[in-house]
Amino acid sequence: MGTTDSGMIGGRLTPGQYEVNFADLHPRLDEHEALVASDRCYFCYDAPCMTACPTSIDIPLFIRQIATGNPIGSANTIFDQNILGGMCARVCPTETLCEEACVRMEAEGRPVAIGRLQRFATDIAMAEGRQFYERAPSTGKTVAVVGAGPAGLACAHRLAVNGHDVVIYDAREKAGGLNEYGIATYKATDDFAQREVDYVLAIGGIEIRNRQMLGRDIKLVDLLARHDAVFLGIGLTGVNALRTEGEAAEGVEDAIDFIASLRQSPGKTDIPVGRRVVVIGGGMTAIDAAVQAKLLGAEEVTICYRRGREHMNASTYEQDLATSRGVTIRHWLQPRRILAQDDGNVARIELDYTSDVDGRLVATGETGILAADHILKAIGQTLEPDALGIVALQSGRIVVDEEGRTSLDRVWAGGDCRLGGEDLTVSAVAQGRDAAQSIHRALMAERHPAVAVAVA
Amino acid sequence: MADLRSTFVGIKSPNPFWLASAPPTDKAYNVERAFKSGWGGVVWKTLGEDGPPVVNVNGPRYGAIWGADRRLLGLNNIELITDRDLYTNLREMKQVKMNWPDRALIASIMVPCEEESWKAILPLVEETGADGIELNFGCPHGMSERGMGAAVGQVPAYIEMVVRWCKQYTRMPVITKLTPNITDIRHPARAAKAGGTDAVSLINTINSITSVNLDTFAPEPSIDGKGSHGGYCGPAVKPIALNMVAEIARDPETQGLPISGIGGITTWRDAAEFLVLGAGNVQVCTAAMTYGFKIVQEMITGLSTWMDAKGHRSLDDITGRAIPNVSDWQYLNLNYVAKARIDQDACIKCGRCHIACEDTSHQAITQSVDGVRHFEVMEDECVGCNLCVNVCPVQDCITMVALPPGTLDERTGKVVDPAYANWTTHPNNPMSRQAAE
Repeated sequence: MGTTDSGMIGGRLTPGQYEVNFADLHPRLDEHEALVASDRCYFCYDAPCMTACPTSIDIPLFIRQIATGNPIGSANTIFDQNILGGMCARVCPTETLCEEACVRMEAEGRPVAIGRLQRFATDIAMAEGRQFYERAPSTGKTVAVVGAGPAGLACAHRLAVNGHDVVIYDAREKAGGLNEYGIATYKATDDFAQREVDYVLAIGGIEIRNRQMLGRDIKLVDLLARHDAVFLGIGLTGVNALRTEGEAAEGVEDAIDFIASLRQSPGKTDIPVGRRVVVIGGGMTAIDAAVQAKLLGAEEVTICYRRGREHMNASTYEQDLATSRGVTIRHWLQPRRILAQDDGNVARIELDYTSDVDGRLVATGETGILAADHILKAIGQTLEPDALGIVALQSGRIVVDEEGRTSLDRVWAGGDCRLGGEDLTVSAVAQGRDAAQSIHRALMAERHPAVAVAVA
Repeated sequence: MADLRSTFVGIKSPNPFWLASAPPTDKAYNVERAFKSGWGGVVWKTLGEDGPPVVNVNGPRYGAIWGADRRLLGLNNIELITDRDLYTNLREMKQVKMNWPDRALIASIMVPCEEESWKAILPLVEETGADGIELNFGCPHGMSERGMGAAVGQVPAYIEMVVRWCKQYTRMPVITKLTPNITDIRHPARAAKAGGTDAVSLINTINSITSVNLDTFAPEPSIDGKGSHGGYCGPAVKPIALNMVAEIARDPETQGLPISGIGGITTWRDAAEFLVLGAGNVQVCTAAMTYGFKIVQEMITGLSTWMDAKGHRSLDDITGRAIPNVSDWQYLNLNYVAKARIDQDACIKCGRCHIACEDTSHQAITQSVDGVRHFEVMEDECVGCNLCVNVCPVQDCITMVALPPGTLDERTGKVVDPAYANWTTHPNNPMSRQAAE
């Protein structure tokens, strides 16, 4: 039997329940389901889904390949544009990207299941260990990639394809970045993030050095001395503080840490969760934390967001997922102070009601109190700029040009750390891949300096 | 309520939907079930001559092609005529006819092309009380190698000869079933008429290989690694059948000859199309083999509802109504001008009309207007070919709109002429110039 006792407790559920609760959210389609789903694709011309995909995967082609019994060819089409197509098939908010653009939405309000079809094809190819790319002859150039998240992996793979030697420096124990540490367990089951890292690295020519944090273990200037180019895919490792009285109480936790511990815990029984959980924030992280708190056996989980439903960064689909799992989402509430018991454990959170006055968020003066023995903060992550030296920043992110070049010569950047991104896995992949192409062009231009040709 | 009762060469049935001679009509069990489901008549699976029956292969008899969602579009079979004893069939036919006196029961027959063989079997069939006979000159596989089926149907003189024997040796109405595996369907139809047939039925199945197994390099269906051509049927053959029915219906030599329409009929709409092109009734097989006998209920209610909506009271009101509109190409009105029009509210912006027109036709549909994805017909390029209509996934999104006489055709720069004019008198036609000279 599980328990509904108050306080941060692990093992609220019976062991079997954890397995059920954290199982694959959308298991891979079987062959019949894939054929039925692929039959619905119209093979549009200049397809809107393809335009909506940040990595521009040729979606009509890969779906036609599935429909004609060629899932391996389909996977090849996907990986040509997105070597992390397997993870993107699991975590992309397709409902706001390809599937929102699908003409079937216009036709009958139900898109082709593009994400699930992508998973079908990529899973088959990965299960068979099919590699589609070989390294070009070595260029003798070496590139440092900082961060083994989606941007870094995509960049490293494309660099390897082009014949460059790559060293990835990553701060954590395992490669994968947010794919490994930042995604809800039920979206990437069966150690998929690590299997995908292995699949990407199988091309060869990529060395990963773990526990190498920029600024702590390595310095940008040293990387520039040792390598011909540097790609920064360092993500956002800082966390915004609530700056609220009582924030230091026991039981107040960063949502990303909660999510990361869940991902690293094989059985989940050791992950403590409160009886009444309040999640502060309105993005995907808030949803992932809230849903998983519920799945761990919390009795009540409430997301409090300071603006309205339409302002939430989490997609409607994700919000619906949360509410279907029993999470309550409340709007126009922001933390005022956190109240602890005598033992230092959090007991309640007091919230201000808010409203939008001429575009400015103001407290209305009304307040409310929610009982809470566990508070998860999901109010955004920040770039930690100390290690970046003179690399130009703006709004707390790295400034890049259209090719991903930073203000510093021989340094490129992509992914969440870069200004103007969408903070999506798929965008990070696109930026890493495109930066690799830019690096490749730059390194090759060095090898073959342009020669002025006299015009007769 | 429209009256669906049918009288075809004197044979009465409560509706015009018969099951064709085929596996669904091989024995009393199936036919009883068919009649319970509401089928108006049945052509019993083809009887052969007395003696040891034919044998079928013991492996797969059918192959198929499919559309989206594995919807069966075309079926192919290599099954032969009934492989049951002649007298078993005759006994069952008699019993079924007694049980269902209001339904049509026709005996399909295929015996060697010898007068004695036909003379021998006809009285046996007559004794069952069957309403008529259908001469199987159509099956293209197996039996044709033995000089029967399509081997007869491909030689008009044989058709005429056998029909004459049958008319001589039985009082039963004779329906002659034709093979489509010929170049001009009118010749076998004329021969059947010359022999005195009461009606023709068509089409039988078409020579076909539905697919090849790319692992074994054997055609499907494969029997121990080998395949034989089969007879093709199902929705995919309907257009071929409709044309052949129309050809016979409008041929001056066979005009008025009753036709039983066969070929891919799957819905009431298919059936109605055969009727208006001159068929007096229709025969169905593949649709029943795909979905079961219940489909006849859809056919009956669909036909009836449509007839009621249009004010057609009986089958006579609709039979042959489209025949006058089937024309030779040379008589089509060359002054008629139509342009495609895209309903922007219905358009889902898949772009297929654009790419079909751009890549393979007349470059007459935009892909964007003012930088926005937008598909619109450029009337100055559109020849009115209808390809965009056919590839559009949304029904009635693209329609062909006739330019009223007197308006300008932006493509040709000419004003649409209200007068009818065809190729026979067109100045570009060398034959018309000769005639003028």
